[in-house]
Amino acid sequence: MTINDLLGRVVRPAIVVGGVIPAIVIGMRLFRGDYANPAEALEHATGFTALWFLLSSLAATPLRTLTGVAGFTRLRKPLGLWAFAYATIHLGCYLVFDQSLLWGEIWFDIRERPYITVGFTAFLILLALAVTSPNRMAKWLGGKRWKALHRLVYVAAALGVLHFLWLVKRDITRPVVAATVLIALLALRLPAARRERRAAKDERRTPAAVAPSRG
Amino acid sequence: MLIRRPDDIPSREITPEAAYLGRREWLARAGVTLAALSPSVLAACTRDARAFTSIDDEITPYDKATTYNNYYEFGTGKEDPSRNARSLRTEPWTVEVSGLVRRPGRYGVEDLLKGLARHERVYRMRCVEAWSMVIPWNGVQLRDLVDRLEPLGSARFVEFTTLHDPAQMPGQRSNILPWPYVEALRLDEARHPLTLMVTGMYGKPLPNQNGAPLRLIVPWKYGFKGGKSIVRIRFTENQPATTWNVVLPNEYGFYANVNPEVDHPRWSQARERRIGEFFKKPTLMFNGYADQVASLYAGMDLRRNF
Repeated sequence: MTINDLLGRVVRPAIVVGGVIPAIVIGMRLFRGDYANPAEALEHATGFTALWFLLSSLAATPLRTLTGVAGFTRLRKPLGLWAFAYATIHLGCYLVFDQSLLWGEIWFDIRERPYITVGFTAFLILLALAVTSPNRMAKWLGGKRWKALHRLVYVAAALGVLHFLWLVKRDITRPVVAATVLIALLALRLPAARRERRAAKDERRTPAAVAPSRG
Repeated sequence: MLIRRPDDIPSREITPEAAYLGRREWLARAGVTLAALSPSVLAACTRDARAFTSIDDEITPYDKATTYNNYYEFGTGKEDPSRNARSLRTEPWTVEVSGLVRRPGRYGVEDLLKGLARHERVYRMRCVEAWSMVIPWNGVQLRDLVDRLEPLGSARFVEFTTLHDPAQMPGQRSNILPWPYVEALRLDEARHPLTLMVTGMYGKPLPNQNGAPLRLIVPWKYGFKGGKSIVRIRFTENQPATTWNVVLPNEYGFYANVNPEVDHPRWSQARERRIGEFFKKPTLMFNGYADQVASLYAGMDLRRNF
């Protein structure tokens, strides 16, 4: 069995199924009465879990480039979908427990409170990515447009970190750890991105070089 | 102004501790106890204990009030203080009284409070983070202590300093806040009958994580105004620099009166979550104590003096 097989046949299904584990742990603690403020605990724990699934999905591509093992790319989708699932519960907690579905208040928050604005924007991005995640959707959109759309995942992660940073009172340790990981993951992509840009430029240059001979 | 005259018999002599488990149970037990005690005395005491909350304010369970705390001296997580505060030694405890006062000096905490009328008051406690509790406090009115210390005519503020000892307070080994923690009140706020110097809660000595052995409770202000484990009381002419106000002046004002109409710059203060409940409910002006305290701020712009 190659590493590729291991990733495809073992790790990927493990993520597909195992993504539910944080929910079980949170649920168990909730029902055991571990939390003095269960609504807040549920909201914070699901938000935190969503952010880390999102960051893990962003680790897939750098891992592929670093190791040359293509199978890492196949982990991206389940990790991203779990991020979306936890983000949905997180948003649901806010809408139901914090705001009791008072839409006027919610709309005010989205417009006026920066940490809600960025958090909600990040959720909308994840929603768009989740909806277009099935292969059929990718085909329907076309590879180029699908790829462009799914680049927004970086924006979602950055907004997610900002959302976290803006809501803590004083101790910024945890959001700073997330920000550091995000920056490191983005930095790992730089060489590949540069190569891609150079390749795109070359592509553009080739027809241009041909043009004069035509005239 | 409607301030009911409190009685001076400690309620723990009347209401069994287990009665704090819940309001319904409390009522049932009080009924049983009533038969056993002089009805008039009991009626007076229970009115003192519960005169400051409404029938909707169920007392927060003891285990929640002692495990969900903001006390950064013992860590920034809500459960950190209950885990880490055991290292605090509260006996003996000395309080230094200084500044514009006729009776400065170092007092043992027992001497400081000796002979002052004891009270039990059930107050709402509203945190600036938009959660709240309902807690039965035991202590003395701060005004009685202030009167005993005899501030000079020039004193306009009173400042409370928390213990600074990183050996006992592990949170102080990080510089998350400038230590020691300092809070202060205007002297008229300190003299308001609702303001308490607290030594106990739920009829028991104050647990370390709740600010033992001596803490301030100002029920119409956000919780952070209530300095814990107080070692210094200083009377001043000028407004003292208070910790949260110093580190984030646009987010935490000196007054910090509970006000649903003045939001924290980052989040709403219109609603709060009562610990033990899932849904938030509206926050009351001055935390529901407007009838008693609004006159202290007559003519002040509460948006500017937040």
